[in-house]
Amino acid sequence: MPSFFGQFGRYAILNTVGMGRTFLFLLSAFAWAFRPPIRIRLIVYHIRTIGVESLSVVILSGVFTGMVMGLQGYYSLRKFNAENFLGSAVALGILRELGPVLSAFMVTGRTGSAMAAELASMKVTEQIDALYSMAVNPIQYLVSPRIIAGLISMPLLTAIFDVVAIYGAYVVGVQLLGVSSGSYFSGMELSVVFKDVLSGFLKSVSFGLIITWICCYKGFNAPPMATESVVLCFVMILVWNYFMTSVML
Amino acid sequence: MIRVVDLHKTFGRQHVLRGVNLELEAGKITTIIGGSGSGKTVLLKHLNALLLPDCGSVFVGDRDITQLSQTALNEVRRKFGVLFQGAALLDSMTIHDNVAFPLRETTKLKETEIEKKVDESLAQVGLAGAGYKFPAEVSGGMKKRAGLARALVVKPEIMLFDEPTTGLDPLLGKSIHQLIRKMHATHKFTGVVVSHDIPEVFQISDRIAMLAEGVITEVGTTEDFLVSENPAVKQFIHGETEGPLAVL
Repeated sequence: MPSFFGQFGRYAILNTVGMGRTFLFLLSAFAWAFRPPIRIRLIVYHIRTIGVESLSVVILSGVFTGMVMGLQGYYSLRKFNAENFLGSAVALGILRELGPVLSAFMVTGRTGSAMAAELASMKVTEQIDALYSMAVNPIQYLVSPRIIAGLISMPLLTAIFDVVAIYGAYVVGVQLLGVSSGSYFSGMELSVVFKDVLSGFLKSVSFGLIITWICCYKGFNAPPMATESVVLCFVMILVWNYFMTSVML
Repeated sequence: MIRVVDLHKTFGRQHVLRGVNLELEAGKITTIIGGSGSGKTVLLKHLNALLLPDCGSVFVGDRDITQLSQTALNEVRRKFGVLFQGAALLDSMTIHDNVAFPLRETTKLKETEIEKKVDESLAQVGLAGAGYKFPAEVSGGMKKRAGLARALVVKPEIMLFDEPTTGLDPLLGKSIHQLIRKMHATHKFTGVVVSHDIPEVFQISDRIAMLAEGVITEVGTTEDFLVSENPAVKQFIHGETEGPLAVL
């Protein structure tokens, strides 16, 4: 029976090795992404699966997130007779935090899990071994295009989420609850600066990387790990979001 | 052609290969037999470096493939064709595109030439006209034949077959064996078959090697095996539960 310290040491070593492998996997994916042949068709295909196929769920969640923010923001601000700040409160919250984080959650649930499951299935059915045996590098063929597609798709999805969420809050705040349309948009114009947009953009790019990296890695190391990918993505997105926010504030 | 020298492989605490030595003759079909879990597939996957050994060497020609760089290894792998246990066709592509895949990826042939080669290859395995189907839409036997077409379309010098008849009924299994023999006569490849399909697999084999307890216990012709006095070989080919090989 190993001692407590023995077990702890073993656990620490295994996790350190795992982290090292995860980072090497990412480095390898980037290295292969820039080696010919550059697989433009596969990148476009994965932009479709990650971006276009997640669009409906991102729009839907964006609309309702914005509507809830409009509703909550209005009743909170009204206590201080500050309803006219609704536009700026909604825009800052969505552009800096909710837009990148929630759209990343939606993409993880919609596409990340499918990505991990697809690669896990390919691993189990020896399709990845088949690629190796045909002298095709599976990292270059399967992982690099997905990571590049994730880096391109996430900021676009986040931008769409931001726009529909701001209009969702507009519908509730202005159309239903009577906040002035002028103050809603002018407040937004006065309070939102380029740094807020940049912060949301950089977050969304990094979340795109986190989702595709983790889901591909977990799928590649199937079978025991594929189901962990979604939970790990959610946790990593929240942790990374905190660090990015603290740096970019 | 292929020489395996003192090959060892361990997974966790399981020492699967314990010093395998084997020579595979060029142009002949060698079948590796052995019980389930004896390490036949593990040994097969070392032959084109899909797995790397803990120690030992695998020589293809005069090159030890366990020591090669990725680029050099890819050159060697182009000499191989592999028929995997479940065929391992790429699910997202039609059978036609699966067969065309290695040509598109590893050659500079024009699309018209690729089309011609794919059609020929599919016709050879009796799948002419089925190229538009996806792997999920065809039977196990058709998948194996498509896998064989994909492996043979690049005209490999060496073919590896990992339990080619697993999961097929006896008639389909026999037809796959006949197909392997026919393709061998046409393409003259060096074949390595992993199977426990006894005695059917003897009909397609020039030589047999028995893997047990992590080592090759006997190598010889089919005739040698049928009259072997080795108790493990006798037990295995006659399917007896009593003997030196542990059944459960």
